[in-house]
Amino acid sequence: MADVDVRLVNVTKKFGDQTAVDGITLDVSDGEFFTLLGPSGCGKTTTLRMIGGFEQPTSGLIELKGEDVTFLPAHERDVNTVFQSYALFPHLTIFENVAFGLRRSGIKGDEVTSRVGEALELVQLIGYEKRKPAQLSGGQAQRVALARALVNRPAVLLLDEPLGALDLKLRKQMGIELKRIQREVSITFIYVTHDQEEAMTMSDRIAVMNKGHYEQLAGPETLYERPTTRFVASFVGASNLLEGKIGSDGESWTVTLPSGDVVRAPKSLGDIGTGGAIGVRPEKLTLLEPGQESKGNRLDGTVVDTSYLGVLTQYTVEGAGGLRLLVSEQNVDRTTRSDTWRPGERVALTWKPEHGFVVGDSKSA
Amino acid sequence: MIAFLRRRPGLLPLLLLAPAIAWLVAFYVYPAIQMLQASLWSGTLESGFAFSWANAATYPAALDRYSDQFLRSILYAAVSTVVCLVLAFPLAYTIAYRAGRFRTLLLFIVIAPFFTSFLLRVLAWKTVLGDDGFLLGPLKSIGLLPEEFRVLATPIAVIFGISYNFFPFMVLPIYVSLEKIDRRLVEAAKDLYAGPVRAFQRITLPLALPGVFAGSLLVFIPAMGDFVNAELLGSVQTRLIGNVIQSRFLVNNDYPTAAALSFMLMAGILAAVFMYARVLGTDELESGIG
Repeated sequence: MADVDVRLVNVTKKFGDQTAVDGITLDVSDGEFFTLLGPSGCGKTTTLRMIGGFEQPTSGLIELKGEDVTFLPAHERDVNTVFQSYALFPHLTIFENVAFGLRRSGIKGDEVTSRVGEALELVQLIGYEKRKPAQLSGGQAQRVALARALVNRPAVLLLDEPLGALDLKLRKQMGIELKRIQREVSITFIYVTHDQEEAMTMSDRIAVMNKGHYEQLAGPETLYERPTTRFVASFVGASNLLEGKIGSDGESWTVTLPSGDVVRAPKSLGDIGTGGAIGVRPEKLTLLEPGQESKGNRLDGTVVDTSYLGVLTQYTVEGAGGLRLLVSEQNVDRTTRSDTWRPGERVALTWKPEHGFVVGDSKSA
Repeated sequence: MIAFLRRRPGLLPLLLLAPAIAWLVAFYVYPAIQMLQASLWSGTLESGFAFSWANAATYPAALDRYSDQFLRSILYAAVSTVVCLVLAFPLAYTIAYRAGRFRTLLLFIVIAPFFTSFLLRVLAWKTVLGDDGFLLGPLKSIGLLPEEFRVLATPIAVIFGISYNFFPFMVLPIYVSLEKIDRRLVEAAKDLYAGPVRAFQRITLPLALPGVFAGSLLVFIPAMGDFVNAELLGSVQTRLIGNVIQSRFLVNNDYPTAAALSFMLMAGILAAVFMYARVLGTDELESGIG
């Protein structure tokens, strides 16, 4: 394991009687692309602002490279931020914007010129030095904000929803570029976003935040394949959660649905606790004709909705007792089955127990 | 009418400007021409005035005779502008960033004096600053100030009066330009290792310059033409060019000299504004707004 760059120990932030961040403890390692993911109001931006020095925690400890910085003001921290709205200085040229941090740390002359040049090259904005921020497009402004922060070679770069203001296509492009830049400069990135797709594609690890704390901290694959709470299961990707009476059967957890059907999942997937559930992602489900035989979990139902999305088709299937399940099927089978399933058709839903996941007792209750 | 405009969309801006242009022509251009004419008159009210270009000699003569008052006007106006700026900037800063829910109340207090007449306010100060008024009287009676100490009828009183009366014109533009500054820019500066003083110097102050510029003009220009403060709070030694123009026009009926002085005052203000704009740089202004 690489060195720890940023460590939060039991960090809490209260605004009046509102608790924005509720006892977060986490370590971010050197060179990691770490993401705080969550809906608005979950405390992710407040957490970032405390690391940046713009807010002071009500209690807890923040360490940067092993040094306690909890109450160190922002301008004395070896951390730089890419702000949500970029916050470029409107009265300064792009060159002076990028050079701002260097000049403040006493770097002069040729070194300023060469380092600003390097930073602008990194974000592919050579030739824009003399422009003012108002003369840039959103994507370019975003790059300048990135260059202005990276030019200082901070220990940690904080990014507060940096792609939020861009349109979808540009966002995807910039996302790929951010990842490239991070690999190139190998600086620790702490990234805040509410967009799970953005988080999944870029991050080494993601902390999924809800109501001031994180519910799960894991790599993108683990978060998707093995979400451990209901919130994570539904916030990261789409999920079918099967709720019912919990039981145990040898190596499997069992959930007896209100309809009487029993579904299983191996105990090795996680602890179901006393109030958990078994879940399964829509693409792990297979639709069969009612008569076809299958192994593993099986539920019967009726197709109630079909939407064709090109690469895949999404179905809503209603089972016994009003249970609704989301199924997505890759559109490769069109050669063998000439048509999609139609609303009203009876189907059987099957999946292998080990393809499901297990969520435990809800933490955010 | 509307159909006509549709065919000629270029006329619409002209139409919108028309009332303002008419106003300016009727109340500015026409009187200015009349004044120019009057400045080239010779004669007296009794014998009648005659126009001649040769009377242009009135200008150098008036400038020579009243140069003291001219210079005094420039000095008093400049000092008042600086006094206003020094007092208004911290106030505007506090209102914009630190006042919280008292912001509206404080702004109201700044402009509240405007609800009384200008003349009344100056007269009130005359009472307050009076040699035995309730400010100086008690201080003198307990011996803190010598008996002959006075504020009224000194340059201080005139400059004070001017500064007081035009103070809101400095506060409001600075407040507006400060209030417009995105506070995240200051956060960004701090993120880039600027301490509070540097952040103010490099970010807040340059971005507030348009307000400083506007406020300074709004104070300096009327201050240059002021005569009420000098008349009521000053003495013969503090007569300003405004007092000269007023008395030449209304007391001595010396229209040519008064008109020539007015014209030179106007030219002087224009020159001062131009120089000021050059020093502060219009470039800064545009980028601060944009």
